Amino acid sequence: MKRKELESCLQQVDVFEKPKLLLEQYPTRPHIAACMLYTIHNSFDDIEDKLVADLGCGCGVLSVGAAVLGAGLCVGFDIDEDALEICSRNIEEFDLKNTDTIQCDVCALVPERFSNKFDTVIMNPPFGTKHNKGMDMQFLKMALSMSQTAVYSLHKSSTREHIQKKADDWNVKMEVIAELKYDLPASYKFHKKTSILYDQHSLRRYKMSQNRTSILFGC
Amino acid sequence: MKLLTHNMLTSHVKGVTKATEVKVTDVDFNSEFVSRMIPKIEWSVLVEAADTLGHLNDLPRDLPPDYESSEDFLRKVHHVLLEVEVLEGNLKCPESGREFPITKGVPNMLLNEDEV
Repeated sequence: MKRKELESCLQQVDVFEKPKLLLEQYPTRPHIAACMLYTIHNSFDDIEDKLVADLGCGCGVLSVGAAVLGAGLCVGFDIDEDALEICSRNIEEFDLKNTDTIQCDVCALVPERFSNKFDTVIMNPPFGTKHNKGMDMQFLKMALSMSQTAVYSLHKSSTREHIQKKADDWNVKMEVIAELKYDLPASYKFHKKTSILYDQHSLRRYKMSQNRTSILFGC
Repeated sequence: MKLLTHNMLTSHVKGVTKATEVKVTDVDFNSEFVSRMIPKIEWSVLVEAADTLGHLNDLPRDLPPDYESSEDFLRKVHHVLLEVEVLEGNLKCPESGREFPITKGVPNMLLNEDEV
């Protein structure tokens, strides 16, 4: 599947009806989701036949995309019932059999209990800059524990140094694999930020990641 | 909720209780994926959950050593892991006895404020 095809497919995914500010709910744009998933799939082969977790899945654009690209199973985690209902509807409309969802508070889970259960974690976590400072890092910590191979996560460019420092503390290799321009159609008007797709890789796959270079999407 | 997903939650909850609605859907069989999932899951938990739901599908209590080479076995595991879905029921935490509801196929693991 070409990236353009994936993108037009993801344009069919319904998004939040009434976004909740407190949960930082804003949809991952189809273009960004497609860029992200296409790279994970084509450059790193971390989706097809993999057990994938999508943390803070919201209405499920990343989960749907991962399922379309042939994930063995993609499990979406989200705290919000309303978002999960839209997510379930999307899954139904796409007639996907390789997805599941769990309603839970990602920040309340005990990371060690999920240790290495999943192959890949994909996520567009709350940025953790408004009412929920540090939440992005809690999501990242959880994701790193859950995944055996790699975590792919979207973060604000202004947090890059902070995340690099944390990654060093946690002894994980972090790589910026793309810089994406967020083209949010004013779902919240203070959102006008450049975002970065970070990638975290465990040491086990370190060698394979030697060939990686930062990829700049002209978005 | 598929039983593979249930198995991922096993350190939080063990048994599926009071399953009132179970659905079976056709999912494409992928032997490579199934055999790669087997070492990741807690076998006894899978067998018990499948048994409770009446979908044991002849799975043995003990995992056979040469499972990768038996397509027949992998197809059975595939069925139980990915095709059997609990739509309505409960998940039980073995330590606290707390039950978590499954509604429309989605388990709700949220705790009340006084439980955190």
